[in-house]
Amino acid sequence: MKQVIQLHVNGMSYEVMISPRDLLVDVLRKQLAFTGTKKGCGHGDCGTCTVLVNDKPILSCLTLAIACRGKEITTIEGLDRDGVLHPVQQSFVNHGAIQCGFCTPGMVLSAKALLDQNPNPTEDQIRRGLSGNLCRCTGYAKIIEAVEAVAKEHGKALD
Amino acid sequence: MTGQEKKFSMVGKSVPRVDAAAKVRGKAQFTDDMVLPGMVYAKIKPSTMAHGHIKRINTGKALALPGVLAVITGKDSPTPYSVNNHLPTECPLAVKKVCYYGEGIAAVAAVDEETAEEALDLIDVDYEPLPLLLDPLVSMGQDDVRIHDFAPENINVSGYQHFGNVDDALKHSDTVVEGTYTSSYVQNAFLEPQSALADFNPETGKLTLYTCIQLPHYTQGTVSRALGIPQEKIRIVVPYVGGGFGGKTEATPASLVASILSRKLGRPVKITYDRMEVFFQNKGRHPAVMKVKMGFEKDGKITSLDFDTTLDGGAHSSWGLVVLWFTAALTQLPYKIPNVRFNGRRVYTNKPTCGAQRGLAGVQVRIAIESLLDEAANKLGISPYEMRYINAVETGYQTKSVISVGHSEYKKCLQSVAERCGFLEKYGKLPFGRGIGMAGGHYSSGGAYLLYRSYRPHSTANIRIDTEAGVTLFVGATDVGQGANTVLAQMAAEVLGLDYREINLICQDTLLAPMDNGTYDSRVTHGCGHAVKNAAMEARRKLLAAAALDLALRPEHLECAGSQIYSIYDPKKRIPFFEAVGKYQNSWGTLFGVGEYTPPQPQGNYQGKLIGPSPAFGFSAQAAEVDVDLETGQIRIVKYWEAGDCGQPINPMAVEGQVEGAISMGIGQALYEEMIVGKDGRIVNANFHDYKIPTAMDMPEMDTQTVESYDPNSAFGNKETGEGPTCCVAPAILNALYDAIGIRFTETPITPEKVLKALGKI
Repeated sequence: MKQVIQLHVNGMSYEVMISPRDLLVDVLRKQLAFTGTKKGCGHGDCGTCTVLVNDKPILSCLTLAIACRGKEITTIEGLDRDGVLHPVQQSFVNHGAIQCGFCTPGMVLSAKALLDQNPNPTEDQIRRGLSGNLCRCTGYAKIIEAVEAVAKEHGKALD
Repeated sequence: MTGQEKKFSMVGKSVPRVDAAAKVRGKAQFTDDMVLPGMVYAKIKPSTMAHGHIKRINTGKALALPGVLAVITGKDSPTPYSVNNHLPTECPLAVKKVCYYGEGIAAVAAVDEETAEEALDLIDVDYEPLPLLLDPLVSMGQDDVRIHDFAPENINVSGYQHFGNVDDALKHSDTVVEGTYTSSYVQNAFLEPQSALADFNPETGKLTLYTCIQLPHYTQGTVSRALGIPQEKIRIVVPYVGGGFGGKTEATPASLVASILSRKLGRPVKITYDRMEVFFQNKGRHPAVMKVKMGFEKDGKITSLDFDTTLDGGAHSSWGLVVLWFTAALTQLPYKIPNVRFNGRRVYTNKPTCGAQRGLAGVQVRIAIESLLDEAANKLGISPYEMRYINAVETGYQTKSVISVGHSEYKKCLQSVAERCGFLEKYGKLPFGRGIGMAGGHYSSGGAYLLYRSYRPHSTANIRIDTEAGVTLFVGATDVGQGANTVLAQMAAEVLGLDYREINLICQDTLLAPMDNGTYDSRVTHGCGHAVKNAAMEARRKLLAAAALDLALRPEHLECAGSQIYSIYDPKKRIPFFEAVGKYQNSWGTLFGVGEYTPPQPQGNYQGKLIGPSPAFGFSAQAAEVDVDLETGQIRIVKYWEAGDCGQPINPMAVEGQVEGAISMGIGQALYEEMIVGKDGRIVNANFHDYKIPTAMDMPEMDTQTVESYDPNSAFGNKETGEGPTCCVAPAILNALYDAIGIRFTETPITPEKVLKALGKI
């Protein structure tokens, strides 16, 4: 049975009518038009649907929308501040860490969550932190460089 | 002025992609992100049998389900197609028989995806099973069971070439090596599942199809054939494409089914595959069984190559003809071989179809040849590096099949990579379990001949310059993530003396952008680059003529740079670029430049000659150092080196990205990836959990560099870079494994289980 719930996405509240089995990825994409969240596999294998829930990266294709009531959801659209790219986003741009761009939103959010947890990760920790996000274009080298550069420039100052 | 002396301002700069900000903000719109007013959804029912006659399909119950708007079957579009209409076998939905597990047999349009899916379950299908042919070596012997009636013994296409006298050369060789090599059934595995949104306008009879496709103009042809609509009434719009790697070169059944349903309903219809459908609708790399023999002189010079290959084509024709002849062509380089014989065939089997994948045909060929080069080097007591170096092709070389190599710095690549990895110090000297191996390869920068309207210029570019919109470049190529739009903008900006961000791009739309053969065979930066340069040069010439009048100078004394036009002798005499544009417009209206490009045509007179020649070849040499865990059989790549000859890099950062991505796909092929087909013909690992592509944890440290190079035949000295590097990876790893544990693996992927078996541990 469908019901109306409130979801907090990128600092705003939205009323959505959902069925209890609806997945967060579909509600974000289809009802709220946050299409930066991608659906690459639907089974939690590729990481393109990664969003932050209470600042932790989760796979929105394995998460029920109804389970996110009262939680703060951040999608890629919520990462910049007044149009200024988040340092992780800017670093991806500068370092050529983007090719087709389909993995990029999830990858950026995973990288942000990693740096929030650990502002000065080793290369191995970066690789581990991003290992749930597949990328078929880059071979990951430039992505890792981009994350390392943010850590170097911003370190603990990262907000 | 030669190319090497030319100082570029925009070309050769590692600038960020033109679409980087849109992508990193999540604003870049991919096909499945699109919604049109009145849009409905469709789903396709996959066959659950890999080979059988369709005796009956009952769609009544599905059509009666509330919310269902239309149900179609193969009867709604029975004209077969293939990507280039060579031996067309495929229909949007199977007609009369199914040839692989997962082939579409009916489709439903409904108000939402859930209803469409529910309706699929209400469609009853009766099949009459036919014997399954899953192994190409079995399939090609069978004539009592034919997958397609016109193809005796299930041979799709076969071919033979012989240059020189191979038998004689082998007889007189000092050393002969031979082996049978097999490459696995792998997939493009782009992250964006294919999606199509068709919007038919009943008033005009025109169709707009939004879909992630590498070749919009080929797709137009396929849609035209399948739907019986004239080509000019079909507009293909390509939103952002989430990776293609060759797998998005062909119109998907989804795009055709969506188009048929949209025409039936008069409203927009969207279909997006799920990941399992992406695997079932595979158009990835052909598995190959290669029987290869090579002869050598004492000093390591190659005398001869005898190459026999059987390609597993899967159910349909796809790019089969091209893959077969490209295999033949790719055996001729990057080494000088005076005697070459090729014998090959592509066989139909009851599996999802094989098509194009990055490094098409080259990946398979290099696995065999680069392995045999090492075998021969070991037999002759020559280092694998020297073996490659003494046989490497140079600028001006012509193969026995009269393919000309306009420019080559392959030797520099070999030198660079050998020096950087310390090859001679390490090879044969590392402790047991650790090894180093090298391999080389090449690839074309677009074919000299294409199978789609090759008689026309292969690329056309238009430039419009005015004070109302600035500089707008219209090109028909597709950016699938490789960065085409960025490098083409850099090229136009170079000619006009502007910043690349000032170039507006109108592309990926058959209505607005001119005809282009599309994104495949590493042809865009080279071929489309020529067209863009020519268009920009024409616009520049017109603009300088106007500026010269204004400045009272000769046009040939003017230069465009830094958004200014000025005298090369007296730079104070100048006019801002857009002021000159305004003056041009006042007299002659909007300024246009048109450019086109057709490569030099193939020479020779032999079967298959059209496929293989290219206006420019890129080269790559690579080395892998591996560490084998002798207890678990796991292979760790300690470090990976690459040296590439891509001519003048237009955007070095993009080149690095291409090469690193190529290495990643090659590592997947070498160590992890294989679609496993069950006894019923179904791909049993049709997901990213069981079909493993490399993750960030799997990728080694990579040291990639380009060698100093400039191809004078190219628009800016540039050549291919995205495909050649894919081809060398698996053999570099195979050769490193031989150095590590003394075992010559002849098939991919090399799993820990295979390592332990080879070591006699299990």
